[in-house]
Amino acid sequence: MSAEKANATERLACTAARLMKGRTTVFIGTGVPMLAASLARALYAPSLIPVFEFGGVGSTLEKLPLAVGEHNSFRRGVAAMGICDVMEAAQRGVVRDGFLGGAQIDPYGNLNTTVIGPYDDPAVRLPGSGGANDVGSLCWRTIIIMKHERKRFVPKVDFLTTPGYLDGPGARERAGLPPETGPYRVVTDLAVFDFDPGSKRMRLIALNPGVTTERVAAETGFPFPIADRVTLNADPTPLELRTLRRKIDPDKVFL
Amino acid sequence: MPKTGAPVCSDCGWLETRTSADGRSLRFCVKHGMPRSAVDLLSAPCSDFKPLETTGVLPAQPPLPPPVRPLPEPPLFQPPDPDGFRRFLRDDKDFSLRSKLMDERQAVKRFIRTGDYIGFELYGTVRCPMSVVREIARRKIGGLRLMGQGLMDADFLIASGLVDEMDITYVGYEAYGLSPILRRAVEGGALKLAEWSNAAITWRMKAAAMGLPFLPARTMLGTDTLARSPAKTMKDPFTGMDLTLLPALVLDTAVIHVHRADKFGNCQIDGISGFAVEMSRACKRLIVSAEEIVDTEVFRRTPERTVIPYFLVDAVVPAPFGAHPGETCGVYRRDEPHIKAYLEATRSEEATKEYLDEFIHGVKDHAAYLKRVGAARLGKLKVRKNER
Repeated sequence: MSAEKANATERLACTAARLMKGRTTVFIGTGVPMLAASLARALYAPSLIPVFEFGGVGSTLEKLPLAVGEHNSFRRGVAAMGICDVMEAAQRGVVRDGFLGGAQIDPYGNLNTTVIGPYDDPAVRLPGSGGANDVGSLCWRTIIIMKHERKRFVPKVDFLTTPGYLDGPGARERAGLPPETGPYRVVTDLAVFDFDPGSKRMRLIALNPGVTTERVAAETGFPFPIADRVTLNADPTPLELRTLRRKIDPDKVFL
Repeated sequence: MPKTGAPVCSDCGWLETRTSADGRSLRFCVKHGMPRSAVDLLSAPCSDFKPLETTGVLPAQPPLPPPVRPLPEPPLFQPPDPDGFRRFLRDDKDFSLRSKLMDERQAVKRFIRTGDYIGFELYGTVRCPMSVVREIARRKIGGLRLMGQGLMDADFLIASGLVDEMDITYVGYEAYGLSPILRRAVEGGALKLAEWSNAAITWRMKAAAMGLPFLPARTMLGTDTLARSPAKTMKDPFTGMDLTLLPALVLDTAVIHVHRADKFGNCQIDGISGFAVEMSRACKRLIVSAEEIVDTEVFRRTPERTVIPYFLVDAVVPAPFGAHPGETCGVYRRDEPHIKAYLEATRSEEATKEYLDEFIHGVKDHAAYLKRVGAARLGKLKVRKNER
């Protein structure tokens, strides 16, 4: 089983899990962030404090939550509170990292989960903000996890649901968002990006094994700078894959 | 997996025992590659979390421009009226300790009217008052305005053509994807929407619960979510900080599903409480549906566990498996095959209608619904004590 190659979701989960460290408070959105948090909790970061938007805090994540409000989001947790407790904590500055997904992303890390096409005559109506806008506005750092496809990495999002760096340096502060906040990393199944401190645009910092810069460029709908030193992400280890497949998501809900 | 009891770097948690060249066993913070003793790990964690780089001190901010709004102005479906709410609570709410037990048919008939602004408390498929939702769809109460962190509840009412306007935060099935019913309604232009975030909609109810016309917040700023909502912005007179102003939201009728209630309406919820606290205090009428009706003594023994006290409540509806096909944490799991079959059905309007005919219009009440689903099937969904 572990001889099988890791699929895109597994790669995403492993790379994201390695970003979840220690006793940090992490706001977990639905989907891959849940897999990543469960993996991090099991392997790397036993003192991680997962926070779910409807009030679950500090779950051990021995069982994978399938929704942000279900039993496993607070099973064996340290507190089961309400949405206000959690969102107000984020607004106070308690929650450090927020993990999010999205349908579209632009070079400044702005996310769209509302509509594809014009708002008044949409081609596709997506779910809407949910807690995403709050996570992107209020957590100290946002880490975005997405499948890398050209149709998702667009020069301008059709609808700006969740703030990244809006339209460049200083824009978040001008809009009134808390200072020193914003997107920190974009983790995809091909690469990892950070944000150039000067331009606040996505910058390539790491590649997955076997992926070339050209391939990333072909799958990205906008030009991006490349860091001086691009590192190579380690392949998912057999232990990571085994833990994901056998322990965390044996029913293959997300994988 | 680190062994239990082994010291871990209290900050980054990455620690491993290695043997150094001279044969000593040392603990390394893996991230920093430094040998660290358990003592200095506790006293000086490696500070893995670093704040984002900033470009130094920002110059004084120009005044905040109003959100760029495409015309027309986004609608405020339920404008705040704190004094009206106060008068309603003085003149029209009965706070007496009386039995409010009734079935969902009586509750909906008495407390939900055409054109009402309503909302359900839930998170995804968790603890959604589905027995009451089905009764509203069965009675075809139209022209509704809906507060929408919603899922199957919103789906049922939208698919039945009963909703005209919606304050939407999120309608989707998380792992299972988008809601085809919401897509058809919005893409066809049948539904008027205003956009909010989850925190924003909850703080709107919190404002109402506090008796205020609005609450300021630091969310939604700078985004299209703000531009497509009737929220406003202002500069804080104390700090000069820019803020979103969220108008208070008082629902005409709210419906909340709880683990247990007594006949007067005192309620307990096990586990997370979502926005039950805010919603129960931000509505004119409140229908509570409960998995279990218990004696008031249960509440008197542990009064600190009462989330909703009786005087907020207008109707108590017994509803075992009331959130089916969703879940009630610690009592029963969600019915995955049912939800999958339902989602399959929602792909076409006809199959959706067949589903609604079978499970809503084809049964007269919640008891008949449970019979249709089948006791054996429901029994399998129950969470056993050792599974909690």
